Amino acid sequence: MSGTRRQLPAETGLWVFIFGELTVFAILFAAHLHGLASDPALFRDSQARLSIALGTINTIILLTSSLLVVLAVRSARDGAAVRARRLLSGAIVLGVAFAVIKVAEYIDKASAGIAFEENDFFISYYTLTALHLMHVTIGLCVLAALRFRLGTGRSGPNDRTYLEAGGSFWHMVDLLWLVLFPLLYLVR
Amino acid sequence: MPESLSLHRPVLVWGLLVVATLLSALLGGHGEGAARGASVAVLVVAFVKVRFVLLDFMELGGHRGPVRIFAEVWTAGVCAALVTWYLVGVA
Repeated sequence: MSGTRRQLPAETGLWVFIFGELTVFAILFAAHLHGLASDPALFRDSQARLSIALGTINTIILLTSSLLVVLAVRSARDGAAVRARRLLSGAIVLGVAFAVIKVAEYIDKASAGIAFEENDFFISYYTLTALHLMHVTIGLCVLAALRFRLGTGRSGPNDRTYLEAGGSFWHMVDLLWLVLFPLLYLVR
Repeated sequence: MPESLSLHRPVLVWGLLVVATLLSALLGGHGEGAARGASVAVLVVAFVKVRFVLLDFMELGGHRGPVRIFAEVWTAGVCAALVTWYLVGVA
């Protein structure tokens, strides 16, 4: 794999937090599949009202944003702070684009009369995507803080840890969507 | 690994993940009759992508320790559990 580093990125506590978050989502994924098994016809009809194209575009947007964060962390390690800042800016712009598309989807559903309590599928859809969007928002704040710190020109002993931790949180947000997209939009 | 390869690998992995996403969208968007097989394939591909993100983007691939082992077990375990849950549920 990436093979250039042997030590654990960031701190062990961060990984406990990340896998805790991932496990909570895994339980919610199982709950969604339980709903699908309970009423397959309802779930498939409801799923047909989602846009696979928008879900796919959002997946590619988050993947690209994650790549920019990877490159930003590596640039910062190499001492290229300006490049790292630009890459983080790109990642933030893409993260905002993801959120805008997601909100546009919510508005589209609302204008079509599809509310949270429409049925079990949409309760699951809104719960999972809103929780994820909350993580996207937190991740964007973290990336913005990291970008600001890089822009101050001051460096501290914990800078690398902060950058690796913030980057790993953003990748977790990406990772969650990589499962949410097929689960909500594709699995029938 | 040489530095040039180390910088190129995330880009290659990103390309692979984008292609896998497009294939999943095509697979999941078609074939009502093959829905169950396509759904299992789409779920498995999703967790293969998750593993790439954990090992390459989150840099656990270069780590040899309990966190790496836990990440591998978590990915395989959750994937197997969800696929089994799905197959048992829709059968």
